Amino acid sequence: MLLIDGVSKRFAGGTLALDNVSSRIETGEFVALLGPSGCGKSTLLRLLAGLEQASSGQILWDEGRKPGPGGIGFVFQDATLLPWATVAENVYLPLRLRGHRRAVVAGRIETALAQVGLADFAGTRPKALSGGMRMRVSIARALVSSPLLLLMDEPFAALDEFTRHRLQEDLHQLWRASGTTIVFVTHSIYEASYLANRILVMSPRPGRIAADLRTHISDQPGRRGSVEYATLVNKVTETLRQVMPE
Amino acid sequence: MNRTLERIAPFALGGLALCLWQGIVWVTGIQPYVLPGPFDVLNAYFDDFGNLNAALLSTLTVTLTALAAATTLGVFLAVAMAASTLFRAAVHPWAVILQVTPLVAIAPLIIIWVGQPFFVLLICATIVSFFPILSNTAAGLSATPSELLDVFKLNGATRWQTLFWLRLPSALPNFLIGLRISGTLALVGAVVAEFVAGSGGFASGLAYQIIEGQYRLEIGRMFAALFLLGISGILIYGSLGLLERFLLRRRDAA
Repeated sequence: MLLIDGVSKRFAGGTLALDNVSSRIETGEFVALLGPSGCGKSTLLRLLAGLEQASSGQILWDEGRKPGPGGIGFVFQDATLLPWATVAENVYLPLRLRGHRRAVVAGRIETALAQVGLADFAGTRPKALSGGMRMRVSIARALVSSPLLLLMDEPFAALDEFTRHRLQEDLHQLWRASGTTIVFVTHSIYEASYLANRILVMSPRPGRIAADLRTHISDQPGRRGSVEYATLVNKVTETLRQVMPE
Repeated sequence: MNRTLERIAPFALGGLALCLWQGIVWVTGIQPYVLPGPFDVLNAYFDDFGNLNAALLSTLTVTLTALAAATTLGVFLAVAMAASTLFRAAVHPWAVILQVTPLVAIAPLIIIWVGQPFFVLLICATIVSFFPILSNTAAGLSATPSELLDVFKLNGATRWQTLFWLRLPSALPNFLIGLRISGTLALVGAVVAEFVAGSGGFASGLAYQIIEGQYRLEIGRMFAALFLLGISGILIYGSLGLLERFLLRRRDAA
């Protein structure tokens, strides 16, 4: 889908956030960017989104894959909803910004809400929802324009563990069902191991990709307790230990 | 219980002060041209009912027109500043200078240049009152959550879409706080302008009633005008507070 070609990013203050990062992301992958804070994983995500520009190197999209407006879905750590708009209005926002009439896209809004299990909450305001439900709205908003690429920046980090597990399961199923390419930033080894089919381990100061792990654990719902999963977590933990500077 | 007490408290304090005041006037037998008691003030008001009410109407007309002008000007400048850092850099220091220059120092110039009494008062009161709206709205506009701005950007939003669907609604609470401060400042500005203009021969407004009361030693009339001013101030502040609550509830209604 895209090639990250020798990308570096130096901030105005002189900090080198990313140092000569290269990789390829294939269509349909679920890639986790895993690393401690300061390893540049969020910066890399923002570069992919086009929200920031690389200091050197470039992001090369495959032929005809360069996304236009709405071609990239972005989910932040906060749900970042419009507090004065209802759930349905928030999900409608990306389509509204591109001039679609509400009546014409009503079906797409419903589908997106149903995908995240919020079909019954269309008229509710964000204030009346729990943190997990707000995050679901945020995911529905990212999905409503059927993005080629879904970028997620630690979306579940602020949620309690039960909610986080539920959302992880649902996201994994969504990915299986839709085939959307997902790049997911996290600092949780467990989360990366559970969700992704490829883990890019990053090391800090300066940010680099230190390891590229392809994971092959089965998709069974109960896999959180499986030996396979435990083995993978151990392997990722070991990899992280090796690449971390003292 | 506590809430009722809190509601009654200001009236109780006012009533107590009035009783004390009247008591002092009775006990000391002080002359009404030095300090009139509350009853003398009330009498002065009813004696000069027509004039005082006309003056109040004149002052309030200037105040509310100035507040409308200040709102338009303040919001317009705030939006322009948010849109262009160059504009902000160029205009902001001058807005501050205009704000810190005492009105009495520039009012004579405005009287000379403009001449027409109503517009003189309007311009003076607008100058005094636009700044809180400008700075609060500007603060609200620049405090728009950056991640929401990113969401708009990723979906190809135009500047106008971002302004009307995100930045202005986000800035609404700040704007309303500014509006509330400006409402009372517009009243102050109108009265100060009347004082300056009044010495130039313009005869309208509550300030003129106070000046005339002073010349004729009608201290009761001065006090009556002062009370009308105070009550207007409270009413403006209170009704802008109600507007604030109404608009925010409408924006965030469940």
